[in-house]
Amino acid sequence: MVQPPVADLKPEALPNSDLPATGLPGAPSLPPPVQHQGASSVIRGAFTDAIVSGLLTGLLLLPLVGFRATESGSGPLGLTYRFGLVAVFAGIVAVLRLVLNLTVWRRGREVKVGEGPSAFATLALKAAPALRPAFFSFAIAYPFLAILLSGGLSPSRYWVDLGIYVLTYVMLGWGLNIVVGLAGLLDLGYVAFYAVGAYTFALLSTSVPVNDFFAGHLGEGFWTAWSFWLCLPVSGLLAAFWGVILGFPVLRLRGDYLAIVTLAFGEIIRLVLINWVSLTNGGAGISSIPPISFFGVPFNATDEGFAAKYGLDFDSMHRIIFLYFVILALAALTALVTIRLRQMPVGRAWEALREDEIACRSLGINTTLTKLTAFATGAMFGGFAGAFFAVRVRFVSPESFTFMESAVILAIVVLGGMGSQMGVAGAAILLIGGMEMLRNLSFLKADFLFGPDFDPSLYRMLIFGFAMVAVMVWRPRGIVSSRLPTIFLKERKAVSATLVKEGHG
Amino acid sequence: MASLDPVAGAKTPILAVDHLSMRFGGLIAVNDVSFVAARGEVTAVIGPNGAGKTTVFNCITGFYKPSAGRLALFHGGAATPQELDAVTASGLSWGRTGAGSLYLLERLPDHKVASWARVARTFQNIRLFSGMTVLENLLVAQHMSLTSAGLLNPAALLNLPSWKRQQKGAMDKALYWLHQIGLMERADDPAGDLPYGDQRRLEIARAMCTNPVLLCLDEPAAGLNPRESAALNELLLSIRRDHDTSILLIEHDMSVVMEISDHVVVLEYGCKIADGTPQEVRTDPKVIASYLGVEEDEAAVVEAQVGA
Repeated sequence: MVQPPVADLKPEALPNSDLPATGLPGAPSLPPPVQHQGASSVIRGAFTDAIVSGLLTGLLLLPLVGFRATESGSGPLGLTYRFGLVAVFAGIVAVLRLVLNLTVWRRGREVKVGEGPSAFATLALKAAPALRPAFFSFAIAYPFLAILLSGGLSPSRYWVDLGIYVLTYVMLGWGLNIVVGLAGLLDLGYVAFYAVGAYTFALLSTSVPVNDFFAGHLGEGFWTAWSFWLCLPVSGLLAAFWGVILGFPVLRLRGDYLAIVTLAFGEIIRLVLINWVSLTNGGAGISSIPPISFFGVPFNATDEGFAAKYGLDFDSMHRIIFLYFVILALAALTALVTIRLRQMPVGRAWEALREDEIACRSLGINTTLTKLTAFATGAMFGGFAGAFFAVRVRFVSPESFTFMESAVILAIVVLGGMGSQMGVAGAAILLIGGMEMLRNLSFLKADFLFGPDFDPSLYRMLIFGFAMVAVMVWRPRGIVSSRLPTIFLKERKAVSATLVKEGHG
Repeated sequence: MASLDPVAGAKTPILAVDHLSMRFGGLIAVNDVSFVAARGEVTAVIGPNGAGKTTVFNCITGFYKPSAGRLALFHGGAATPQELDAVTASGLSWGRTGAGSLYLLERLPDHKVASWARVARTFQNIRLFSGMTVLENLLVAQHMSLTSAGLLNPAALLNLPSWKRQQKGAMDKALYWLHQIGLMERADDPAGDLPYGDQRRLEIARAMCTNPVLLCLDEPAAGLNPRESAALNELLLSIRRDHDTSILLIEHDMSVVMEISDHVVVLEYGCKIADGTPQEVRTDPKVIASYLGVEEDEAAVVEAQVGA
């Protein structure tokens, strides 16, 4: 997008910025205004503002923070004074104001107007073809890198576990992306399908009649060895079925109303899991779920085990690394199916539905069926992820499927940029990996900062919240906000986020 | 029978509107309107603001369920009155006839009016998929023909050669229409980025990609300058000439109405006040009084403008 050359007239750089006429495009070009006067006054103003803000902060915080009632033994309450802390806070505010006044808030700073894909989006688009293979090669190499860098199988456990954790959310994000990002249906109850998948696998794999049935036909131990691989498709199908069940009542709802009903659906599933004690064992959950097998070969120290069979020394990490590759494969499946579906009529119909539902109907698209396929497809991948969750943790309880999970998955999709797969993957890494990294802030316990009593992990959510706000201010339509067309004649041009609708539910 | 009324007697009807009424609570938006649109013709519906033109359109395209009346659409050729009555009495929404088939549009949901009865429409305020490219807009329109083997067609999922052929057919059709509306250069641009006149033409091309037998255009010339308006006339005439598609349009721009329509229906306050050829309608005193102008001397001015 070529901007008209009006940028050389910056009204705010003039001595009196309130003169509107000089800022009009097409007005005669004025010589560049003298900067020195303005610069010194700007700096003086910034310092004044910083000092005033610092003093105000100190004044406000003096009674709030400066005095503290403390108990000394069993005696009466005593006052301790924390004027130093007040001074620190006032100083922080003053310095921040000063920095902001001199940079972001400085009068006369050129404000970029977002027209067309931003430079960032263009860059992302240029890098996009390389980004996907790079992401997947890194994901494949990741456990080996973790082993190399942490110096052995056992020490790498934390990092491989973190990788599994992040990839689970990448997959969930990609699954929800179909519903929210492509079809534009705001779903706040996605965790319900995650729960359906997890409980399907948990119930089937621990079921005595099913075990007996397979023991009778295919031998003892068959079900323990194969249950995950046989239950995985069942979990996906059942979750898809529940996706359709949820889809029917909400077909007529849009926007906020759709969001509330899907939220309720997520809660209903959780409450059923808590209260249907005879089936789900209630809040106590289902434990002793059989661990994952290497396609029938168990990961144990016996002669029949994975290590013995392939001539390795037994290590419990084998199972963890295998789990990593299973979730990587499931996530890749989600990505590939979504890419393929986007290039098919059904995927285009999802996006068209997000753009304009009435126009869709005027073209003969059955919006009911289209919405249901979106719900079902998204739910199916949620179900797969749920089954994986159950086999990894080997214990499921309703506590794992609270609204917070839905919110985090939705946050990943929104933060990543609705509809963009690489954006969603990036957001999952940032949110889930970043949150985990915030546990490792032990340097803040140094004596000169907050002292050894300070627990940085308690501030994780606070920092997380600030980070979310910052990203949304900086990039309101997510990390990757432009949309990539599914087909092109000569050139694939990204569609700017300003044109792409967010959907109305 | 209204479907065989003398005006359209010599021609084959494609759409017969019989005693159509639409009430919104106490408001009667359309009151007992009957007319016939003939096959291969351009039928214009005109009238003052609030006369019920768009309501009639919304009833025909299934977006509203009419309060009363029958909307019969004929594929192949007109049905006999006996066949029409038989299907009406059967309670079904469609039936086979000697000449082809007939659809009772008031019994079909909106997407089936488009996909089964093959009635396409455009909107008064353009409804393009603005975040999708021009080409994608034209491919979405071919959804029905591309999903004839099912929404999750395995051949499409695996990208088999049979699917690639089908996809290429759709692409060729999209390119044909891009060429027709002169937007070949902008195929990869988002539809929302096009100028207004191009968006109007793209919406018509998108509707034509559904292979309609009847194309309903709601004020296609609104907001167009005279040059764009002339290009639109050209496009509509070429559709009528080269495709087996009849056109029903709502229009305020009398130059468009008089130049391209074969048959004009005039509505006022939900009632039909005139029905005939453009010449007949233009000289009809009721139309002059209610729409073209009230007083005699004003009417003369208006008549001069429309080319009388």
